[in-house]
Amino acid sequence: MKYIEEFQDPELARRLLDDIHATVTRPWALMEVCGGQTHTIIRHGIDQLLPDQVELIHGPGCPVCVTPLEVIDKALEIASRPEVIFCSFGDMLRVPGTGRDLFRVRAEGGDVRVVYSPLDALRIAQQNPTRQVVFFGIGFETTAPPNAMTVHQARKLGIRNFSLLVSHVRVPPAIEAIMQSPSCRVQGFLAAGHVCSVMGVAEYPVLAERHRVPIVVTGFEPLDILEGVRRAVRQLERGIHTVENAYPRAVRPEGNPAALAMLEDVFEVTDRAWRGIGTIPGSGWRLSERYREFDAEQRFSVTGIQTREPAACRAGEVLQGLLKPHECEAFGTTCTPRNPLGATMVSSEGACAAYYLYRRLETPPAAPAHLEASPVA
Amino acid sequence: MCLAVPGRVLEIEEKDGTRMATVDFGGVVKEVCLEYLPDLKVGEYAIVHVGFALQRLDEESARRTLALFADLGMLQEEFGDPWEAAAAMAELGGSEVDGTAEEATR
Ligand code: SF4
Repeated sequence: MKYIEEFQDPELARRLLDDIHATVTRPWALMEVCGGQTHTIIRHGIDQLLPDQVELIHGPGCPVCVTPLEVIDKALEIASRPEVIFCSFGDMLRVPGTGRDLFRVRAEGGDVRVVYSPLDALRIAQQNPTRQVVFFGIGFETTAPPNAMTVHQARKLGIRNFSLLVSHVRVPPAIEAIMQSPSCRVQGFLAAGHVCSVMGVAEYPVLAERHRVPIVVTGFEPLDILEGVRRAVRQLERGIHTVENAYPRAVRPEGNPAALAMLEDVFEVTDRAWRGIGTIPGSGWRLSERYREFDAEQRFSVTGIQTREPAACRAGEVLQGLLKPHECEAFGTTCTPRNPLGATMVSSEGACAAYYLYRRLETPPAAPAHLEASPVA
Repeated sequence: MCLAVPGRVLEIEEKDGTRMATVDFGGVVKEVCLEYLPDLKVGEYAIVHVGFALQRLDEESARRTLALFADLGMLQEEFGDPWEAAAAMAELGGSEVDGTAEEATR
């Protein structure tokens, strides 16, 4: 159990909590969309500070976790080729594909490099004109504009040995899919703040209206989460369902117009498979026709990949908010950050990782402690 | 990866026809693309994600967020050595690899 004294502003946290306690009269289930928010909630024990009637359901907002196994396997195959320098963000290194991960590909001799920014990958391509440089372009609406700009730059500068393995996903179609599921219990959403920094809030009113759910744009600091919950609960108690921006310091209603224009130019909307969940219509981006020559899947024609998800992994249910990580049988026993069965156990935003790092003491003792790696730094 | 970190612009320059800046994230200095916030100025703060400034931020919120991130070790997560972090998790080749889990993963 955490204590409110650990909050950055305990006094304000106390006031927000008091207000939530005073407002709530019935049970409500809210979904926080963003994996960063999930980590904040578990790390600070926010779910335990809230009234029992307010349940937080963890959403699918971890880009690493939802990248389909097939795409991971394609990445592993491309990264294994001798002519390729494969560039990725660091949090993809340990995401399990069928049988191995990028970390192991490098141990086996693949030239896998971690970059901070996609522009770093473009620079590597400029410096290595005889090699093929592939960047693993995953992520939500926050990450897509940087990757779009990088492809745009590659074309502008005439860099031909660069390509993008694209697996971008979009939040609103995922919210739609979650609300359409017959087992859905979600009554309100805390929308992902940084996604809205780019996209603005224009996509949300229609969702709030159609499904009669409040959607509160929320940051990911502890006080942001409390404020998001407070506003969502207020709406629910009053029978209102509108879109509110509780993160105005980083979100303007119109988003970032320059980034939106670049997204429009470089990508086009496509159906996308989400790991563990399945295909969601219109939920992804791929390179538009004008940029298709930078598509790594075409350049390397990676086909005929046979994927195999470990049967024990229930990450799909975790990502849809149908199961809490510690309710999975493999949690902490056959599945640990060291030997992950699903991406949700290794990603820095994964729900299983959050429970493993911050809630271990509250779960039954599992594998002997000496077998476990220390928590991720 | 989806988290964005506030940083303060130290210097702005044109590179390959692109507006770039050096940005200070509580002590770690990185190069950042300003194409999506073209009117950002030296001394101002912005939310930066994977090397791109995405939205302006006021100084006080930026400082508070940075202090919180430093406290929680998240700056280390974002800017530390990812191979070290991955190796610490994996300990590949170690003699203690848990056979059952290993098998289940394959
Ligand atoms: S604990 Fe492991 S096996 Fe269970 S759902 Fe999470 S990642 Fe999958």
